This record gives sequence, C-alpha cells and structure tokens, in this order.
Amino acid sequence: MKEAPGTRDYDWWLLAILATICALGVIEIYSATHGSSLAGMHMKQIRWLAIGFVAMFALSRLDYHLILDQAPILYLLGVIALVAVLLVGHTRFGAKRWIPVLGEFLQVSELVKLIIIIVLARFFAEVRSDQLSLRDLIKAGLLVGLPLALILKQPDLGTALVLVPLLVVGAYLGGLQWQHAAIFSLAGILLIGSVFYPPVSRHILKPYQRERITSFLHPEEDAKGSGYQLLQSEIAVGSGGFWGKGFGKGSQNQLGYIPVRYSDFIMSAWAEEQGFKGVLLALGLYMALLLRLVQNAQRAKDRAGMFLVMGVAAALGFHVLVNVAMVIGYMPVTGIPLPLMSYGGSATLFVFLAIGLVMNVRIRRFVN
Amino acid sequence: MSYWFGNDNRLPQQRLAIVSYVIVGMVGVLLIGFWKLQVIDSDKFLQWAERNRVRSIPVIAPRGRMLDRDGRVLVDNYPSFSVLLLRDDPAQVEKNLPAISEGLGIPIEDLKQQLQNSRNLKNFQPIVIKPEASKADIAFIDSHRSDIPLLEMLMVHRRRYMPGGFMAHASGYVGEVSEQQIEASNGRFRPGDFVGKSGLERQYNDLLQGTDGMRRVVVNSVGKEVDHLPTQEAIPGKQIQLTIDSDLQQVAEQSLGARDGAVVALDPRSGEILAMVSHPAPDPNDFAVRISNEEWKQLNDDPAKPLLNRAIQAQLAPGSVFKIIMATAMLEDKVPPSSFTAFCPAYATFYGRQFKCWVYGKSSHGVVDLHKAIVESCDIFFYNVGQRLGIDRISYYASHLGLGHRTGVDLPSEETGLVPSEEWVQRVFHRKWYAGETISVAIGQGAVTATPLQLARAIGGIAMGGVFKQPHLVKDAPNIGEERFNISESTVDKVTDAMYGVVNEAHGTAGALKLTGVDFSGKSGTAQIINYDLRSRLGKSKQFKDNSWFVGYAPRRTPEIVVSVLVQAGGHGSEAAGPVVRDVVKAYYDKKMKKTDGTVTAENKEDKQQRRGTAAPAAAIQPVLNTPEAVAAREAQPEEPR
Repeated sequence: MKEAPGTRDYDWWLLAILATICALGVIEIYSATHGSSLAGMHMKQIRWLAIGFVAMFALSRLDYHLILDQAPILYLLGVIALVAVLLVGHTRFGAKRWIPVLGEFLQVSELVKLIIIIVLARFFAEVRSDQLSLRDLIKAGLLVGLPLALILKQPDLGTALVLVPLLVVGAYLGGLQWQHAAIFSLAGILLIGSVFYPPVSRHILKPYQRERITSFLHPEEDAKGSGYQLLQSEIAVGSGGFWGKGFGKGSQNQLGYIPVRYSDFIMSAWAEEQGFKGVLLALGLYMALLLRLVQNAQRAKDRAGMFLVMGVAAALGFHVLVNVAMVIGYMPVTGIPLPLMSYGGSATLFVFLAIGLVMNVRIRRFVN
Repeated sequence: MSYWFGNDNRLPQQRLAIVSYVIVGMVGVLLIGFWKLQVIDSDKFLQWAERNRVRSIPVIAPRGRMLDRDGRVLVDNYPSFSVLLLRDDPAQVEKNLPAISEGLGIPIEDLKQQLQNSRNLKNFQPIVIKPEASKADIAFIDSHRSDIPLLEMLMVHRRRYMPGGFMAHASGYVGEVSEQQIEASNGRFRPGDFVGKSGLERQYNDLLQGTDGMRRVVVNSVGKEVDHLPTQEAIPGKQIQLTIDSDLQQVAEQSLGARDGAVVALDPRSGEILAMVSHPAPDPNDFAVRISNEEWKQLNDDPAKPLLNRAIQAQLAPGSVFKIIMATAMLEDKVPPSSFTAFCPAYATFYGRQFKCWVYGKSSHGVVDLHKAIVESCDIFFYNVGQRLGIDRISYYASHLGLGHRTGVDLPSEETGLVPSEEWVQRVFHRKWYAGETISVAIGQGAVTATPLQLARAIGGIAMGGVFKQPHLVKDAPNIGEERFNISESTVDKVTDAMYGVVNEAHGTAGALKLTGVDFSGKSGTAQIINYDLRSRLGKSKQFKDNSWFVGYAPRRTPEIVVSVLVQAGGHGSEAAGPVVRDVVKAYYDKKMKKTDGTVTAENKEDKQQRRGTAAPAAAIQPVLNTPEAVAAREAQPEEPR
C-alpha cells in the first residue's frame, strides 16, 4: 500500500474550472446586488466559497471507502434529520427547510443529497453483477423514496427531484436492463403527465406548485406570478443579445425585473450583461466540469469510486440543466439553484463537499 | 483494512461514454435555447426590456395663442394639472381602483368607463382620469407615490378666452377629443387630448395644436423613478394673428347687446374680418376643462341656439337689403331700363294677388325711380323689376353677387343661404315655380335667404365695383381668394349713390344714422320671419316681430369697412340694426383718426407692451380654404359632446 496521496494527485484542472465558475458567480452577484439593499452579498458568497474549499480538502483526505463503510449510519442520520426538520425546523419562504447550525441556517436536504450519493454508490457497488435485477432496482428505489417523500413534505420539490437522477444514473451505470428502463420510463412519463393534468395534480401537488405548472404552460395568464418571472427572465436573456449589455448595465438586472437575480436566476442576469458570448463561456465551463467528472469516474480505481463520482456528476448536471432551462423558459420555476454561481450557503457547501468526494476518489486511483 | 466489497474494477466504460455524449447534447440544447433568445429574437426582447424600463409621460404642447390685428391677446393659456393613470400593469390598476376612486373623489364606475374607453390604446400610454386637479388631489398623489405608483401629475395648458363670450363664435372652443376623432386621427390624438371643436380653434387646429413632447423616466420593477432620459420637448402650437380689431369687436359686442343677432365687419378691399359677433354667445371658458353631458345637452337644446354662429349660420330672408342685388341686376341686365319708373300707391296687384309696400297704411311713394326706390325702399318698384327680370335672372345675379353659396370664410360649418330658381323648386319640391313667388323674392322675402357675412361681402363687393374678396379671420394670409363679377361703373355709381342717399338724404330710410365727416352709406332691411299666408293662418293674435337688417359701409366708393348687422325680431332695419352699424363704423373712423393724428399715446404704449409679450411672430398662415370637399369632410364628423 502506497503512502497517503500527495497534492499533485488532485485534479487541478477540475479545480481551475471550479474556481472560474465561482469567479463568474461572484462577479454577477456583485453586479446584481451592488446598487441595492443587498449590497455586500458577494463577500458573503466568497466566505462560503472559502469554507467550501476547506471542507472539500478535508473530505478528500478521508478515504472514501471508510465513508462508504458508514453508509447505513449516514442514511439513518439523514432520515432522522429530515424528520427533525419537519418537526422543529425553521420556516422561511413558506417552507420548512432550515435548521440552525453555527449561527447560520442550513438546508438539511442539501446534506441529504450528499448522503444519498454515498448510499447509492455503496448499494450499486455491492451489486455483484453486470445486470441489475428488478429486485435490486426496487430496493434502490425504496432507498431513495423515503428521503424523497420527506423532502417533498417540507415542501421542496426542487431538491426532491434532484434525487431522481441520482437513482437513474446509478441504476443505468449499475447495469439497468432495457425492459426495466422501459417500464420505469413509462411510469415516469405517466407521473410527469399527471403533474401537468389538473384533475390528478390537484391531489399530489401543493397549490403553489400547481400555479407554477400553470404559469409555465400559460405564462400570459399570470402576468405577475411565476409566469411573470419566466417572462422577465426571458426578456433579460434575449435583450442581452450576442455581446451583452456590459457589466452592471443590464436594465432587467439592475432595476430588479429579474426575480432573485443573485440566486436562482443568476444565469439570466449573467446572460443579459454578458450576452451569448458570456453564456457560451459559462455553459462551456459547466460542460468541461461535467466531462471532467465523467473522466474521473472512468479512471476510478473501483466501481464504488466510479458510482460516487457519477452520483456527483448526476446531481450537478441535473442542477445545471433544470436551472438553465428554467432561465430560458424551457422548464417551470422549480427553485433549483445554479451550482457555484447562485448565491447560497448550503448549496455551495454541498457542491464543494461533493467535489471533495470526487477528489477523494481521484487521489486514490493508484492506491492499492 | 478489510472492506465490505472486493476490489472490483470492472467499470461500465461504454455507458460512461454515453453519459458524456448526453452531457454534450444537453449543453448543446441549452445553447440553442440561448441562441434563439439572444440572437434570433434579440430585438424583440430588447424592445420589451425598454418598455419595462422606460415610462413615458407626455409633455403637453401649449396651444398657440390668438392675437388681434394689433397684437393684443385674445385667446391665451393658463397652466393646470391633470391626473394621469399609468396603465402598464392592468392587474395593479384593477387592484388600486378603489383607493384611487376614493382619494380623487371619482366614482369607480367613471374610472372603469374611462379604462373601457381607452382599451384600444397601448398599455404604456397613460390616460387622463381627472383634469383640473385640486391641491388636495396633488397632495394625495404625492403622499401615495410608493403604495399607488400608478398616478402621475401632468402639466397641461388650459385655454383662456375673453370673458362673457367675447368673440366666442369666431374663436370657437376646445374640448376633449371625441372617439370618432381619435379613430380618424391615425394615432395623433389620445383620449383626454384637447382639440378645437368649433370656430378658429377647429379650423386652425393643426397649426394651433403643436406637438406634444415626451418625458421619459427610468423606473425599477416596483415603479419607482430612478433616472431620467433625455426629454423630447413639446413643440408649442403656432400663434395666429387675427384680422379682428378687438376695439371694433368690443363696440360691436356692446352695441348688439343682449339682443339675438349678429355683427360682421369686414374690409372689402382685403376680405379681412374686423369684427364678428353672434349673440347669444356661450362662454367657451366653461368648456375649457370638461363639459358634462347635461350642460352640453342644455346648450344644444336651448331655443335661443347659443351655439349657432349667426354671422355665418343664420340663413334668413335678407329683406330690403336684397333690393341692392335687384338694382344691380336691373341696371346690368337693362331689364327694365335704368330710366324705369313705377307708381307706388302703397300696394299693387300681381297675378291676382295684392302685394303691399311697407308704407301701406301710412303714406305712399308716388312716382318712383331706381334712386328713390332704394333710398325710400319702395317695394312696389322692385315688385315690378322682379316681375320683368324673372326669377332666373334674379337668381343669376344673386348667385354671382355671392348669395346662395359659401363665402369661403376660414371657419367651419358656414351655411350657404338660398337663392331660389325654377331649377331649385323642380329639384327640391318637384313642382313648377309660381310667378307670384318672384314678386316676394324681389324684395328679399319668400324663399331667398342669406347670412350676415354673405350680405356684407355682397354689398361690399358691389361697392368695390364687383370685386369680392374671400372673407377671412387670419391676418397676413397669402393667396386670398377673390371673385370678380363685371359690374359697369355707371351701375356701381347709381347703386352706391342710392345707398349714400339711404343714410344721407332727407327721405332716406336711415336718415337718423348720418355720421358727420364720414361718407356712411348702406341699406336697411326689415324681413318678415314668416310669410303673410302663414301669419294669417296662425292668427293675428300672435306677434312675430320682423328681423332687422342693416348693411352699411364707408366711404361711398371703394369702401374700407362694410358692416352687416342682423337683429333678430328687432323690428325696423334702420331702427334696430342701423345704429349698431353706425356705432361700428364710427368706432372704426374714430380709431383711424386718432391713429393718423398720433394723439393717442396711451394706446400706443399698450401696443408696445403687447408686442414685447409676444416676441414670437405670428405664423404666416394660409387660410384653410373651405372647398366643398373640405367642408364635406369636416361635416362628415359630427361634433360630439364630451
């Protein structure tokens, strides 16, 4: 067995991409908030980024096999925490998502995402077959289903949805058979269809969620609600043109027409001020980040490591897809932030911890 | 260290590769989405972003003032505030309506109606919901800027007219633009705009109105102003200088007094109208803000017809004034010859009916020639002339001397009057002309009608030797229309000598009007409102007082001023209308004498002051000619009360 891995084994390219995306985020947070009552938010974000970096390196030092060893306990802790949030959690913006930790409010569900990545990695790594049986698939589904139901109860549809691609990508790489894939796709389509079908959605969605669905389908009927948000976001993006309006010069951004322009809709603000060329840069960086993650998975020492890295890739990829698609009006408003660019403590911390897991796998690829 | 799983390194490389492709595809789809918005539809969204960002508040252009011929202000503006409702966001408008209704004291149904009326306008165009805001309204808007960010103050310029209806019919008035006008204006008018509704205000609206500017401010997402953009300045309307002499106008207004009627004074050499009065007159200041439907209805239904500009719209029998037309026709047509005389026993019989002279029952004229017939206004003489000329010759001369068609004055809604002819009765009544009707027409009764302005122009034109200038109210207008009708010098001499005699000879019907030092001439007219038949049918108990006419001018050849006065139900022409004419002519000469003498320093001083106040020169203006097409086009849009 080799000595503990050294600094040169870290994926410095990945870190460079990460840092660049964070820088874009900080710049746009500054631009979006500097003239308003929220001024100074970019400094808070930098503080979170610093904490994130430290946490990332700390987590990378702890051998991921040890972490996977504790998966059942982590899972249990995660479920308990989710129940605790529902019982004693702090309500903000109409949802019980936060518990106070160290004077800040942490979103438990962000931590739970990380735990599910670990739990699924262990579960799929233990499947000693190239083909995933239906029995194992259902087991994995139940494993994800419990925390998902608890998060939906908060309610936090966005975070709950993120658990789905973790399961899908894990199952796919774990040897999902096409018959099962077909059956579950059908079920998934039916579920999504029912969400958009009022008689059914009335029973399974909260009023505000139904409203978002409606305003996504008919934005003109809801001029001031979330349809308005989507429209204003599209106006911001579109009016940016190819070259953008320039840093601090986006009227939609600066005059507050873009909803939560420093967080969920930061891509809209970025696209307005930096134009298509800026979007090209940002999405290029995200693509590079994701491809780099896949590459790390391909070079992982074992299946467990690969599943860990791909779990992270699935979570981040889903975040980017859903957030950016929302900004350009391709998806309804779900409240999913853009990883590393959107302002937010818990979300930022989650991304860095997740990347910490990736580094963990990366630096141990040559260790026997 | 023992792990719970073996060192399994069989990785699904193929499926991992597929995931890479999915990632690239996903980013590709997102980029296509951005490309659509940012490159293909960029212009549209840029416009929308501008509309979000920029709020436009109109800057109302002040209407051009109206000055009299000496530069004195006749129609002016004063500043006032209107309350604007910004309608960018219909939902918020809906929500705030009750608060606005209460705060400004406007019934909520009214507000809804106004919103309904402007539904065709673009949402970013604000509408005026309350003209003439009070101090309390302004305070209300200021104190609720944050919670009701939908209200704005708009500085407007209200019209100020001379008080008491002075020159009201000539100046006309402005009012809120009607829906028909908005539709016909190609977006030039918005609801709440003020436009000329009648008189000069309407005729020269395009000149007077100017072009509204736009104040553009940047607003944030909660409607708060955060910045200003360059303002598009309003272009003020052009000032127009009128031919009206407000001194003469004043005399005419006072002299006519409370009696119903009209005064027109014009310079026949140029067609310039020096005074135009019509009584009763409304006070246009009452309409300068917003007139209620009830008030409007009341004005319209008033039997005294205060909205009628009698100077150009009263079509009445001209009475004996028409004898001047007859005399000209006779002398020009030589039927009967100029030496023709008639014997007046105060009545005569034509076609089996008895026709009376006006002196019937008092005296008779005896042997009458043309001169005496005009001076003493002998009806019998002209009955004979009429009988010999026949209706078609009368009609020919009357038309060519300016009756029966519009004078072309630069005012809307001028009436034509009527010159009857065989063709006319055939066309309108589908019957033959009765020869007896000609006899009535010969003394300006029967079917023939004329407006005061037409008579002024006709008499002035005859005295000018057959040159009829287009009457107009705007000064220094180039291309004044002119009609010429060849009248021989001897005819002009005979007719004008006779009209001089009317005032200056011992037996003249208007001998009492003589003015020393002035060659004052003219012709009186006393016109029955209804014909004898109708009067006898209605019964003698009912009194119908005659309309009193007088058309006078001075000097006796190529006159400088001709004044036509109608006093409705005034009785005898020389008694009711005549003195008004004399007052105006006298005032004209008094002023002229003083001016040429250079004795009136006070007036000159005032003059200078006025000039300083009106630095901008009056626009050189082409009178808006009343061609038949233009008249038809204007009348196709009926006025609507607002």
